[in-house]
Amino acid sequence: MSETALAPTRSSVAFRGGGFAPIRIRWVGPLVFVVLIALLEYGTRTGFISNLTMPRPSDVLATFVNLWKSGLLWQHLLPSLTRLAVGSAAGVTVGICVGVLIGLLSYVRAALVGLVAAIFPIPKIALLPLFVIWFGIDEGSKYALIALGTFTPTVVATYGAVDNVDRTLIRMGQSFGLSWFSIVKKIVLPGAMPGILSGMRISLAIGIILLVAAEMLGAEFGIGAYILEAGSLYDLERLFVGVSVLSVLGVSVSALLGLAERRLLGWRT
Amino acid sequence: MELQLDNISHRYGDVEVMRDISINIPAGKIVCLVGPSGCGKSTLLRFIGGLERPQSGQIIQVGEPPADCINPLTFVFQDFALLPWRTVEGNISLALEEHGLGGHRMDEIITGVLDRTKLTDFRNALPKQLSGGMKQRVGIARALAVNPAVMLMDEPLSALDSQTRELLMDDLITLWTRQPFTAVYVTHNLQEAVRLGHFIVVLSRRPGTIREVVEIERPLAEREFGDADLEIRQKHLWNLMREEAMASDMELVSV
Ligand SMILES: Nc1ncnc2c1ncn2[C@@H]1O[C@H](COP(=O)(O)OP(=O)(O)OP(=O)(O)O)[C@@H](O)[C@H]1O
Ligand SMILES: [Mg+2]
Repeated sequence: MSETALAPTRSSVAFRGGGFAPIRIRWVGPLVFVVLIALLEYGTRTGFISNLTMPRPSDVLATFVNLWKSGLLWQHLLPSLTRLAVGSAAGVTVGICVGVLIGLLSYVRAALVGLVAAIFPIPKIALLPLFVIWFGIDEGSKYALIALGTFTPTVVATYGAVDNVDRTLIRMGQSFGLSWFSIVKKIVLPGAMPGILSGMRISLAIGIILLVAAEMLGAEFGIGAYILEAGSLYDLERLFVGVSVLSVLGVSVSALLGLAERRLLGWRT
Repeated sequence: MELQLDNISHRYGDVEVMRDISINIPAGKIVCLVGPSGCGKSTLLRFIGGLERPQSGQIIQVGEPPADCINPLTFVFQDFALLPWRTVEGNISLALEEHGLGGHRMDEIITGVLDRTKLTDFRNALPKQLSGGMKQRVGIARALAVNPAVMLMDEPLSALDSQTRELLMDDLITLWTRQPFTAVYVTHNLQEAVRLGHFIVVLSRRPGTIREVVEIERPLAEREFGDADLEIRQKHLWNLMREEAMASDMELVSV
């Protein structure tokens, strides 16, 4: 080889890995809200957006502050939160139990999978009159509606998650002489927890939607009643106060679930 | 306690997996099962451990397990089978919790087996923080914790690199020498078989039948890596296996 031969070209290897691994970025989410609200404020102030189509965010805020000061906020919020908590707690608890049974017992699966599939697509709000007859016009029918609405997605998510639990772990449990209940408690439930929690994100969102729908159809107090009243008066500021409270509720529920995931699922790689 | 496999045969649907397998598993000895892929070694082990039932034949337990034995037939799994949400300690205690031992006794057992498997410093680590060799140590510690009468090991070292495998093989030999245990040890690796086996059962390709049982008298502790006499045994096993492996390779192609 001669010294005069052209030196081979040198370049660093192009990087093509990375991505596909979500990391936690705290500030982007809030920033999106801030930018959107600032745009609305700017648009309504300059007249670029007419006051008839969109209320001004600062007016909405003022209405909200009034609502708070008058004490009416809690009068509406507390019944709503109670309904959501009672209804979805019932729906999710029963849903997880039924989902685990469907996942583990062939007869239960054969009996219930079709039934759940039949109930799932029914708009639950259509059943409210029925629930009013069964459980009374008061809280009972609202609890039942929210419970049924959160029940079906929880069942589907849970039995899917149970199906995905590593069977070798279950065989391992059997090989160490664990009882059926211990296997469910110590292996199946923790193994299905990721799927159950992501199912709960959907169930609870559905729970909030049904809460408002139920309150619109008949309640003196509650966020839904407040929104309905504002809507019928074409009071956009109050309408948006109500809607924003719902959004905050949704974000809080999702944040709580995120916290639960980080607490319970720290073992995931 | 001894185990006797008595004319075990089994088929999955149309596939005949094994035929007329009879093996004696004497107390305090390690019996290695070698054979080509798909000849039913894992299936046979599940039969022995009572996780599955053979279609014909039976597995007979001769004598009672020792009184201090918590789980007589105990598996060590190829893929470790650790609960990812439990720490090392939690994974070992899983096997003990069922048996009403009391916290103090359990703690004593766990400390003991962690010490024997050199895991003391990793007591509170999660599986995701451990290397493969470490995970299998946990698997072995969990098995030792229940003081088994027979250990059923399905390729316990095959997921590990060859250096780690050497180290763990030495560990197993030390454990056995300190306190002889009975084991059925499934492996693909003939070197493992001649290092650890008192008896080596060579199975034919599917349907699995017994080709030959090789006994190696030399005590485990005296077997060295690269022993001439073991090399000869290994070569003999390899010749047996090669025919089977080649034949089963051709079968797969013709399917
Ligand atoms: N649950 C099952 N259902 C149907 N067929 C099965 C089942 N388990 C195993 N088999 C079949 O039985 C045969 C023996 O399987 P087994 O896993 O026991 O083989 P092996 O000797 O352990 O193989 P390897 O060395 O690859 O681990 C294979 O052909 C496999 O496809
Ligand atoms: Mg196998």
